[in-house]
Amino acid sequence: MADPVATTGVLTAGDPAHAEGLSFHPMDQFMVKPLFGDYGDPVYWYTITNVTLWMALAVLCVVGLFVLGTSRRAIIPNRVQSVAELAYGFVYKMIEDVTGRDAVKFFPYVFTLFLFILFANFLALIPSSFSPTSHIAVTGLLALAVFLTVTIVGFVKNGASFLGLFWVTSAPLAIRPVLAVIELISYFVRPVSHSIRLAGNLTAGHAVLKVFAGFAQVAAISPLAVLGVTAIYGLEVLVAFIQAYVFTILTCVYLKDALHPNH
Amino acid sequence: MEIEPIDLEAAGYCVNSLGSAIGMPQLCDAWFANQIFWLVVALVAIYLILTKVALPRVSATLAERSGTISNDLAAAEDLNRQATDAEKAYEKALADARAEAQRISGEARAAIKADLDAAIADADKRIAAKSAESEKQIAEVRAGAAASVAEVARDVAAEIVTALGMQADRSTIDAAVSSRVKGN
Repeated sequence: MADPVATTGVLTAGDPAHAEGLSFHPMDQFMVKPLFGDYGDPVYWYTITNVTLWMALAVLCVVGLFVLGTSRRAIIPNRVQSVAELAYGFVYKMIEDVTGRDAVKFFPYVFTLFLFILFANFLALIPSSFSPTSHIAVTGLLALAVFLTVTIVGFVKNGASFLGLFWVTSAPLAIRPVLAVIELISYFVRPVSHSIRLAGNLTAGHAVLKVFAGFAQVAAISPLAVLGVTAIYGLEVLVAFIQAYVFTILTCVYLKDALHPNH
Repeated sequence: MEIEPIDLEAAGYCVNSLGSAIGMPQLCDAWFANQIFWLVVALVAIYLILTKVALPRVSATLAERSGTISNDLAAAEDLNRQATDAEKAYEKALADARAEAQRISGEARAAIKADLDAAIADADKRIAAKSAESEKQIAEVRAGAAASVAEVARDVAAEIVTALGMQADRSTIDAAVSSRVKGN
């Protein structure tokens, strides 16, 4: 039996759609599965899974755009080289404007995050693909990396004066301790919001797409469902870019705190 | 149930007996290690590709392009300046030529006027000489004519006297004719 759900259409008990054989599994698309072998095979840390496949495709996209696309080094670029230069300029200018000129040495790091998220998001829009950026383990690690970078760079660059970030000198002295507590909490909440924003957006969008696709099985409402899928898909294209952009610009904002805590 | 149950032990507690997810697969910690490992691999791969190959290449291309553009702009400015200079030179040459032409035409006019004045003066002189000579000739002719008239008159008078059968002294006739002609 290749796919038990397809052959039986069985659903969890109590589902009203049970009788018509309507099956909704909006969350199944997020399952980690070994690429080789059966469904039930265990997933070890080194197992080659669909995560590996779709992350590898994202890496291949980076190679295609930035290694093959720019190989001509043309003064007058072709389309692919133009796109690569546009992406380069986009993130470079972002980090220059938001974080400052002295933050340019973090550009490869920020650009890596941006490109990974961007390509993972867009590749996840391919039907029946897997979206690594919808997983809290992935976005959590990305956000944690940013958090640790910001904290370490902040202390290395500024020493103890990095703590001035939490001591708002422009506020009256009496409420400064209160603000310090709030600032401290908000500082530690950053990686949480940073990661959940990305994973949540991707998960919600893809789950909604799947739900609409599930409704397309019912002939009476399938035109509406297909229309809904189309509309949500358009929205998801926007979300794919915007979430990559938001993650990157927030990284720049946090880096600014590390480099200039007194601003 | 006719479905072949999958090995739940091996699949972990995130998959039900139908091969579907239990709850959110995102929260299944059995899969965290796998995702984190491959994420680190992917990020390191992208970072190395960018820092070793892509970014130096793109920044070099961008720098080369901006250098080319500024060079071209400088060259264009230079050419523009040259064109302006050439235009100025042309206009100056034109003005010079115009002034020269005016000078030459003025000179020519003056020369022609001088020639003309000289010619007019010469012609006047010649006309005066001619008219003086003519007057002299006229006077001569007139004198000649008067003398001829007196001669003819004398001869005619002598012939008439002869024809009338009288003898007349030549000098008498001359005197008579002279007095008649003069009295005229």
